Amino acid sequence: MTAPAAIETSGLTKSFAHQQAVDDVGLSVPRGSVFGFLGPNGSGKTTTIRMLLGLASATSGTIRLLDGAMPDAAAEVLPRVGALVEGPAFYPFLSGRANLHRLDTADRYAPRSTRRRRVNEALERVGLSHAAGKRAHAYSLGMKQRLGIANALLTPRDLLILDEPSNGLDPQGTREVRNLVRSLADGGSTVFVSSHLLAEVEQMCTHVAVMSTGRLVAQGTLEELRGHDHVQLRIETPDVGDARQVLASLGLQPDQGGPMAAATVTADLTVPGLHPEAVNAALVSAGVRVRGFAADATSLEDRFVALTGEGFDIDH
Amino acid sequence: MTTDSPGHAGPENSTRNAGFALLASEITVLFRRRRTWAMLAALAAVPILIAVAVRITEGPSSGRGPAFLDSITQNGLFVSLTALTVAIPLFLPLTVGVVAGDTIAGEANLGTLRYLLVAPTGRVRLLLVKFAGAGLFCLAATAVVVLTGAAIGAMLFPVGPVTLLSGDTIGGAGYAVRLVLLAGYVTLSLLGLTAIGLFISTMTTMPVGAMAATVVAAVVSQILDSLPQLEWLHPWLFSHHWIGFADLLRQPIAWNSYADNALLQLGYIAVFGALAYGRFSTKDILS
Repeated sequence: MTAPAAIETSGLTKSFAHQQAVDDVGLSVPRGSVFGFLGPNGSGKTTTIRMLLGLASATSGTIRLLDGAMPDAAAEVLPRVGALVEGPAFYPFLSGRANLHRLDTADRYAPRSTRRRRVNEALERVGLSHAAGKRAHAYSLGMKQRLGIANALLTPRDLLILDEPSNGLDPQGTREVRNLVRSLADGGSTVFVSSHLLAEVEQMCTHVAVMSTGRLVAQGTLEELRGHDHVQLRIETPDVGDARQVLASLGLQPDQGGPMAAATVTADLTVPGLHPEAVNAALVSAGVRVRGFAADATSLEDRFVALTGEGFDIDH
Repeated sequence: MTTDSPGHAGPENSTRNAGFALLASEITVLFRRRRTWAMLAALAAVPILIAVAVRITEGPSSGRGPAFLDSITQNGLFVSLTALTVAIPLFLPLTVGVVAGDTIAGEANLGTLRYLLVAPTGRVRLLLVKFAGAGLFCLAATAVVVLTGAAIGAMLFPVGPVTLLSGDTIGGAGYAVRLVLLAGYVTLSLLGLTAIGLFISTMTTMPVGAMAATVVAAVVSQILDSLPQLEWLHPWLFSHHWIGFADLLRQPIAWNSYADNALLQLGYIAVFGALAYGRFSTKDILS
C-alpha cells in the first residue's frame, strides 16, 4: 500500500511523575487494516490512545493521524475519526438520542441538516432504536457501550479508534461488534481496536500490535505475530510410549509425559520440511493406534503470554 | 468511502459550520436539567416569600429589614427590588457557583469531556460556550427574581407610579425600563464570579468541589468588602458593586456605578478567562 499509514507514531513517550506510562512507541497502522492493539491492563494502551486523539500531550515523539500531525491538526483530522475511549460516557439525564445529538453538535463538520437522520441511523446500526428515547441513566452497561459505538459512527469515518468495544457486551453483542467492525473495514475505514480479548482480536483483526509495560513489544500482520511456521503436534493414542519413539526417530522432541499425558503426546514440529501428514503416516505404519491427530498453529494467546508475561502482576 | 489524497484536510463534502450548534446544545442541556429548574424555582421563591410575608403581617413599619422593604406596602413594584437585595449576597452567587463550577468539572466527571474534545470541540471554543451558557444562566436567574417579584407584587399590593430615590416619580413603562437595566446590572455583576467558577472548574474533575470553591470565593469577597481596614482593596473586589444598583433608581440615571462595575467585571473575565485558558488548553484529559 502506497498510501500513508492511518496512524503513524514515532518515539511516542509519556512520562508521569513516577512512571513511564508509554515508552518510545512506534506504531504503524496501515490504511484499511483492522488493527488489534493488545496488552495487559496498565500496559499503556489507553494512554497511547489518549495521545493519538489529542486528549493528553506526549512527553516526546510525534503522531500522524490520517494526514495530519496531532495534536496540531486536531480540528481537521478528528472529524474523520470516530472514537470510543475508555468506556462510553453520557449525560445521564438525557435520552440516548439526545446524547448523540449533543455530541454531534460539537463537531463543526457535522451538517445540521442531516443530524436527525444520522443520529437515527447510528442508533439503528447498533440496535438501540427501541431505547433511543430512554434516559441514558436507565441504560444497561451493554446498552451504554452500544451508544458509545453509535457516537463513533455519527458521520462516515476514515478511522475508528475503539477502546475495548466489546466491554460489557453479552455474546450476541460481542458478535455484533465483530460484524460491525468487519462492515466498517469493508466500507474502507481503518479500524484500530484495543482489546485484551485475544480470541476477539484473532477473529477480526488483520494486524496486531502488543504493548507491555509501556513498550511496543510486537507489531505486524496477524500471521506474522502468530508465527505461522510454528506448529505443535498433538497425538491422542493409547500407545504413548511407541508414539514417543516414532516422533524421536523423526528428529522431534516429544514431551516427556505429565499429569495430562496419559493418552496424549505433544511435540513441536521443529524439523524443517517435515509435514504433519508425514508424521501421521509414520505413526500409523509403526503400528501406533492413533485416535486423534492435530497440528495446531501457535495461538495468539501463547504468543501474547510469551510477550507480556504470565500471571496477574501488573509490572511497572 | 473516499480515498484520501495526501495533504487533504477535513472531511470531504463537508464545510465547517460556524459552531453555534454547540452553544444551542449547551443551553438546551443546561435548561433541561432538573437541577437548573430547581435553582430557578428557589430564586423565584425569594420574592414570593417576601411579598407574602409583608402582606400577611401588614402593619406599621418597624424600620428594619432589607432596603425597600417598607416601600412594598405602598407599591407592589418594589417587591423585585427587595428580592434582588436579599438574593444578591447569597442566593444568586450560590446558584451561579453551582452552574459555573459545573462547567468543565461536570463534563470531566461524567467523562463526556473527552467525547466533546474528540468530536472535536476546540478547547477554546468549549470554554467560550461554557462561559456563554453560564452567563445566560446569570441572566435567567436575575430575570426570574425580577419578573416573579413584579408579578407577585402586582398581585398582592397596589401598583402605581413609583417614587425614585431622587424623589422623582415615574410611570409603569419607565419602571419597566429601570427593571430591565437592573436585571442587566445584576447579571453583569455575576459574570466576574462566573469567570472565577469557570477557572476553578478547569482545575478539578469534582464538580462539587468547584461549586463550593466558587461560592466560597463569593462569600470571602463580600466579607473582605465589609472590613474597613481593607478599604484600599475594596474597589478591586468583584462583589464591590453588587449592591450598587441604587444609582439606577435616580432621575436622571447615574451611570457611574454601571460603568465602574462593567469595567471591574470585564477585568475579572479577562484575568480568569486567561487563567482558565492557560490551564485548560494544555491539560491532559485523563478522566
